[in-house]
Amino acid sequence: MIPAAAVAVPVRRTVTLAPVLLVAPLVAFMLIFYALPLAAMLSRSVSDPTWTLENYRRLAGDTVFLRVFWTTLRTALAVTIGALLLGYPVALAMSRLRRTAAGVVLIIVLLPFWTSVLVRSYAWMVLLGRKGLINEVLIATGLTDTPLKLLNTSLAVHVAMIHILLPYMILPIASVLRQMDEALPRAAAGLGAPPWNVFARVTLPLSMPGVAAGVLLVFVLSLGFYITPALVGGPRDFMLSMLIAQQVDLLNWPYAACLSATLLAATLLIIAVFQYLPGVRDVLKTVPR
Amino acid sequence: MNIGRFWFTTLWVFVLLFLALPIVIVALLSFSSASYLTFPPPAFGLRWYEAYLGSREWLASTWLSLGVAGCVVVLATTLGTLAALGLTRLRGATRAAVAALIVSPLIVPGIIAAIGIYYAFSRYRLVGTPIGLVLAHTCLAVPFVVTSVSASLAGLDRRLEQAALGLGATPWGTFRQVTLPLISPGVLVGALFAFITSFDELIVALFLSGSGAVTLPRRMWDDLRFEIDPTIAAVSTLTILLTAAILGGAHLMRRRGLFAER
Repeated sequence: MIPAAAVAVPVRRTVTLAPVLLVAPLVAFMLIFYALPLAAMLSRSVSDPTWTLENYRRLAGDTVFLRVFWTTLRTALAVTIGALLLGYPVALAMSRLRRTAAGVVLIIVLLPFWTSVLVRSYAWMVLLGRKGLINEVLIATGLTDTPLKLLNTSLAVHVAMIHILLPYMILPIASVLRQMDEALPRAAAGLGAPPWNVFARVTLPLSMPGVAAGVLLVFVLSLGFYITPALVGGPRDFMLSMLIAQQVDLLNWPYAACLSATLLAATLLIIAVFQYLPGVRDVLKTVPR
Repeated sequence: MNIGRFWFTTLWVFVLLFLALPIVIVALLSFSSASYLTFPPPAFGLRWYEAYLGSREWLASTWLSLGVAGCVVVLATTLGTLAALGLTRLRGATRAAVAALIVSPLIVPGIIAAIGIYYAFSRYRLVGTPIGLVLAHTCLAVPFVVTSVSASLAGLDRRLEQAALGLGATPWGTFRQVTLPLISPGVLVGALFAFITSFDELIVALFLSGSGAVTLPRRMWDDLRFEIDPTIAAVSTLTILLTAAILGGAHLMRRRGLFAER
């Protein structure tokens, strides 16, 4: 028989030496092609032409930035509220339906989730255009004589972004509701609580980690949205991401870097706050892409 | 009481229609026989698919996107699987720092990643080249591989590896014959996600494509800015089918993988 010590040696060696060597190629790759490029770009905000915080100081009195930042926040907030109001009922339905029906609903939620943002934005351009489906229906039913201007409006941005981000709201809430102890709402109902009270005082409070996770995902993704507002929005829907892209086109790197750092800081701040809400971290782990 | 139930059902059915209809309508329109987008289509036909297949530019972009995505799959899956294997054995601050670096593309807004990469790659002369797109897309795809493989590794019984090593297998032999077969569903799911991440990616391509490496999403974007040509509906429908097939496969595999672990 082989002595235990002789077996332990090779095992021990692979455990101590290998991990660093295994992660090294990816770490080097991501530093060279991702992290360092981002750091170099962001550093332009404080190093151009000399080391200074002047760019950031100027933001406070920069009317263009303030207006765009407000548009971005307002849009993200409207989209988050819209997605919550439309998404919660679907998540609740998924948790109450029987297995096959819930599976069908899941596929309907996942199908748009898997379709690229560009294709979904294009779909809304088709629907909301002057000769789009919605205007044709409105005219055919006599609700309006002339086509309404729907495309290139804030309404178009909100509707398209809610459509694109809804799965990020539905999936975490559904995940929490599915894991919830079914005996709790049943007990409340059995003790005589009317359905609305069961929902408001048992189901809803228990699903809050899912709501928080969904709100976090939708709000943070909305803040950085670029493709959809650029395609279906009007001049009043100029978001921070679009201002950044525009400044890069103008080769105004210090300003673009300063705006990027601000957007990144806002994103990280919101994630940091939400991470410490009870249960949010566990819910985020269960959400598919 | 039943009225509340009625409104609840109406609401979630409406939301599901809202989710599905835009995509269904684009797919239907792609089979229109009209020369422009119109409702309802006068008749159905394949003219927009013929237009797509007859266009050298659309086909060139399709092959470029497939090629770039193929390279991204190889690079991201290799680097990501190795890193996931290492990550499970790291502890403390090193582990936290490496994990933060790997998941950062999921957190940093796309536009910031895109202009940062553009800023550096224009110096390395990588703008307008497929290589530049492969390198950038690999960084964006890696988090999906690492999380997928890590999930497989978390469900792996470590005693199987220890048994192989104890019975005299080399570390490489143990990896090849024990670890890799057990985590292969996670590796495959990660590879599929890496493919889609690259194939659908637009924001980085807006800055890196230049005129020399116009990917499929980039060509759709360029066309959309001028007119809503029904060719895009045909291309969209084909990409919807491709991504639904790939991600549907990944979804099924992940579910089966979860059942197998229990």
